[in-house]
Amino acid sequence: MRETFFTELYEIAKKDKNVILITGDLGYGLFDKFRKDLSGQFINAGIAEQNMISIATGMALEGKKVFVYSIANFPTFRCLEQIRNDVAYHKANVKIISAGVGFDYGTLGFSHHATEDIAIIRAIPEISIISPCDLFEAKIAAEYSYKNNGPFYIRLGKGKNGNMEIKRNNFDIKKAFEIRKGKKIAMFTTGSIINEVIKATENLQKQSIDVAIYNFAMIKPIDKEFILDSMEKFDIIFTLEEHRICGGFGSAVCEVAAEKSKKARIIKIGLKDDFTFVSGSPDYLRHINEIDSKGIENIILEYTGRKGK
Amino acid sequence: MNSRELAWEIRKKTLEIIHNSHSSHIASIFSVADIIAVLFSEILKLDSKNPKWEKRDRLILSKGHAGLALYVALQKKGFFDEKFLDTYCKDGSYLFGHVSYKNVPGVEVSSGSLGHGICIASGMALAAKINNQNHRIFTIIGDGECDEGSVWETALFANHYELNNLIVIIDHNKMQSLDFCENTIKLSNLADKWKAFGWDVFEVDGHNHEELKKVLQNTENKKPKCIVAHTIKGKGVSFMENNILWHYRDPQDEHYLKAMEELEKAKP
Repeated sequence: MRETFFTELYEIAKKDKNVILITGDLGYGLFDKFRKDLSGQFINAGIAEQNMISIATGMALEGKKVFVYSIANFPTFRCLEQIRNDVAYHKANVKIISAGVGFDYGTLGFSHHATEDIAIIRAIPEISIISPCDLFEAKIAAEYSYKNNGPFYIRLGKGKNGNMEIKRNNFDIKKAFEIRKGKKIAMFTTGSIINEVIKATENLQKQSIDVAIYNFAMIKPIDKEFILDSMEKFDIIFTLEEHRICGGFGSAVCEVAAEKSKKARIIKIGLKDDFTFVSGSPDYLRHINEIDSKGIENIILEYTGRKGK
Repeated sequence: MNSRELAWEIRKKTLEIIHNSHSSHIASIFSVADIIAVLFSEILKLDSKNPKWEKRDRLILSKGHAGLALYVALQKKGFFDEKFLDTYCKDGSYLFGHVSYKNVPGVEVSSGSLGHGICIASGMALAAKINNQNHRIFTIIGDGECDEGSVWETALFANHYELNNLIVIIDHNKMQSLDFCENTIKLSNLADKWKAFGWDVFEVDGHNHEELKKVLQNTENKKPKCIVAHTIKGKGVSFMENNILWHYRDPQDEHYLKAMEELEKAKP
């Protein structure tokens, strides 16, 4: 996903010399072309994320369109106050691009798990959050964040999903997108974990359980209108994210839903309030945290009263 | 208004406002008053009628708790009127106790959490280099602020990117929030530390306007410039000088009258 994003950014930067790319000494091989062809627009800020975010703010306040790159925890937790006080408070034109969603860097250890980033960034005013589910959305995220002035946080998965085999004519990144139709049960999802949802719903279909799937590329601002309509339409809505259930995407959906009393109930699927202490591939860590297709399937069966039947 | 007169105005107005608003940091403001006065009177290229003038010099007050010194200087230089200044720390005012940019003409950047402003200044300096602009970027930090790791992150960065358009002035009053710096986190020889980071370093008396002017006017540096300005916290009011009490306390009753009397006597 990050290759797609930065290939698009390269094309944008070629045409606009005010686009600046700053890395926190990460992205081996990823920026070779950018660095070679657009050396005046490329900066390595070294292993110093606090300074990197403030540097980006200073440059943005001078008219630059600054994209900052690092892995998962570094451009978020490490420099949160710089994001809040410098980027957000000044509405600086800074886009924070974080590679690695949830357990993408599973074997590297808990330090590299991006499992609370949405909650933390979402609490800060002025920052839009995009969470692409595949290469198509990653490309749109690059275009959209470039064209829209102001702070963005973009959460890029490893993108092994490739592209979903679905037509997305007239795609609007701000709107929830229907992946699969259904009547009573809906799944709202965001990011690259969508492949687990698709697998789970295919299995459920074999058991005559239809689950509608809606993908949210944009988490903040969130498609409020769609959520409120869905509360009327469905009996039960599941939310899924590769992130802790506290404060993340599911919480964002619940905050909207709670504004009006509607018929649907919402069940949040995600990581519980505990760290993952063991190493593992993303697939393994999703599995033990019950957010893989099997885990999703089980939760849906449980809440629809079909478990064990 | 020359720099000495402006420094005096900053101290006098600060005393009045802090007294009326029961706010804090009067000693930090008195410490930095001469530096701010020299910058506004002699050094910074600014246009009060066009605060966003592209060619202006940028001043970022990284030690945002001394923001009132900046606000008074901006007011005296015509960026806004005295009525607006007198709203400081009142309900609904845009003039916080720490510097904030929103709706305050002349303020480049908000600060308050230490170790931010200097890094933003580095980013502005790098942008100016890339844009081939000739303005300079000044930032004032505290010595206690040098406890923050981000200060040293940007010290490395500015040296690496050869930001000779960046001037850091350290208000070195040797005191911080609870005690003297040496009793808190030893800074030892600050000038040596900045030299070791590759900067052109100068040491001056931070209350001597001639020394400040000379070092600030000099643009021949090839490296980023660090000016260690030796100052006295609470400078100008005898019982506040080097007294940690006045980092937070606001002068009332006899303290206010005594401070005003001392300032009146020192009027240039």
